[in-house]
Amino acid sequence: MRRGLSSFNVASLALGLAFLYLPILILVIYSFNASRLVTVWGGWSTRWYVSLLDNQAMLEAAWVSLRVAFVTACAATVLGTLAALALVRAGRFRGRLLFGGLIYAPLVMPEVITGLALLLLFVAVEIERGFWAVTIAHTTLTMGFVAVIVQARLIGFDRSLEEAAMDLGCPPLRTFMTVTLPLIAPAIAAGWVLAFMLSLDDLVIASFVTGPGATTLPIRIYSEVRLGVRPEINAVCTIIVAVVAIGIVTVSLMTKFSNAKPAPARAEP
Amino acid sequence: MNGINQPDHSAATRGPLAPWRDRAARPLIRFDAVSKRFSNMTALDAVSLDIHAGEFFALLGPSGCGKTTLLRMLAGFETPDAGRVILDGEDLAGVPPHRRPINMMFQSYALFPHLTVAGNVAFGLKQDGLPKAEIGARVAEMMTLLQLEGLDARKPHQLSGGQRQRVALARALVKRPRVLLLDEPLAALDKKLRGETQFELMRLKDRLGLTFLIVTHDQEEAMTVANRIGVMNAGRIMQVATPPEIYEQPNSRWVADFIGEVNLIEGRVVESTASGMTVAGASRIVARVSPMQGVKPDDTVWIAIRPEKVGIAHEPPPLDTNQVAGVVWEVGYLGDVSVYKIKSDTGAVMRATAANVARLIERPVNVGDRVWLSWTSDAGVVLTR
Repeated sequence: MRRGLSSFNVASLALGLAFLYLPILILVIYSFNASRLVTVWGGWSTRWYVSLLDNQAMLEAAWVSLRVAFVTACAATVLGTLAALALVRAGRFRGRLLFGGLIYAPLVMPEVITGLALLLLFVAVEIERGFWAVTIAHTTLTMGFVAVIVQARLIGFDRSLEEAAMDLGCPPLRTFMTVTLPLIAPAIAAGWVLAFMLSLDDLVIASFVTGPGATTLPIRIYSEVRLGVRPEINAVCTIIVAVVAIGIVTVSLMTKFSNAKPAPARAEP
Repeated sequence: MNGINQPDHSAATRGPLAPWRDRAARPLIRFDAVSKRFSNMTALDAVSLDIHAGEFFALLGPSGCGKTTLLRMLAGFETPDAGRVILDGEDLAGVPPHRRPINMMFQSYALFPHLTVAGNVAFGLKQDGLPKAEIGARVAEMMTLLQLEGLDARKPHQLSGGQRQRVALARALVKRPRVLLLDEPLAALDKKLRGETQFELMRLKDRLGLTFLIVTHDQEEAMTVANRIGVMNAGRIMQVATPPEIYEQPNSRWVADFIGEVNLIEGRVVESTASGMTVAGASRIVARVSPMQGVKPDDTVWIAIRPEKVGIAHEPPPLDTNQVAGVVWEVGYLGDVSVYKIKSDTGAVMRATAANVARLIERPVNVGDRVWLSWTSDAGVVLTR
């Protein structure tokens, strides 16, 4: 048996990684370009990061995005966790399959349709388009993702842990708080981070339901790019890439630690 | 409620303890015609069972016989469809698991992975809102009792299988429950450790003066630890008796066959008198057995003979004992005993086991040897069902 990678494996790995990450790498490199022209390399510089600090519109958009993402992540985590609990724990209630389908539909629904539908709804019930409209829209988009992550954790959850807690005199609600919640916390946290990232990232839905004073960062970037790519945009995007990368690493670390525990001993019944 | 530090007065309890023989004694636990159906199968079929204080009672049966359901019903995790579960005169219907003075040791141990060993053991006491000092003292006491000193700060995944098992036991015992339920407590341990732990469980029960109810599919385990065994099959209790009674006086072919090895000879009663009974077996085996009431000539009965009660010899036995001649078919050497399968001249296959008392045997029984099997008239049990 040969161990390690063959030259074919190395080549295909390199090609695959290049396909995925070369564009981002170029973007990151060009964000440190001293030249004003996007396509001409003029030496290393951080001037575009500095000038970003003077770009009031961009900073405001980033602040809006962060606030939307934070509220969205919190709301989606609560709702998504409750949905997952209902799907895994409530037994075979009537309409369970339909409920599951309804939870997961936003995951596969084209964003244009979700955005348009939400826009029509907000107009019909006269919700002002702006910060809260975007937040609600993002919550509907992301809670399905949270539900999926938390549900996976709950399915693998050893129910006898909860039974043991109750057996030792712990009432059901306290059992949930002291045993269930700490043990599914990594999944809930991962769901929160994912919802945060998805919200930060969304352009389509936000552009349908946003209003004056609630321009999110992706909308800002998109509208500026339409006027021509400036090196500043590269700098913004690099920062976003960094934030997303930190988020992804956080999620995977949390998942890893939550799975690091060995399965409890279980023998033939 | 006995404290942990009370002297070990009960070393002899296992012998004379027999409250089930006293008709006036009120049982600690009573299952009264309890039935339970899961969607497409009957888990329990009108099970009635009394368990007395201080007993070590074992529920024994094959997978899916309902023994675990019965245990979980006592813990409060299942509700009976019909019938009542009574603890010390009180109907447990509607009492949620966290209010029952019963603790359970789970098959998977169900140790809380996010808590330390000390945190796990203290969990139940914290729920009762006991003062910190008392919790600490009782946890320490239990850790000493179960030889877990020095492991307080470990997490469950840092323990060996045997240690995890003892933490699970400590966690359930620290609350001093009226009844300790043990769901296949030793199934995950290796054979040697299991044997030691069985005796440790018996000592713990006597020392703490508690009532233990164990569920197991391992008959050796049930025979070793229990005062009484309830043998279950397909949602019914087949027999409740002490281990020797279960083994020597099974009440049915099913129990005789389930517990240990047995030779079952089907036959017809030829003669039944006060001094004995003659049964003509299907394979032309004629056997004299002990007298039995309620059996008439021409009834169909089964004679159950344990293999170790069958003698095996190269020479024909005296004519007045039950005997079968045959040829050795298979020999299994287990060290302490040897198992022989004999095909009799009439076609029946019988088993005999013999203890290897001598180290060197002059003329061992080998495959193909012509041998005689013999057993006395009181060696077999006559079964009518």
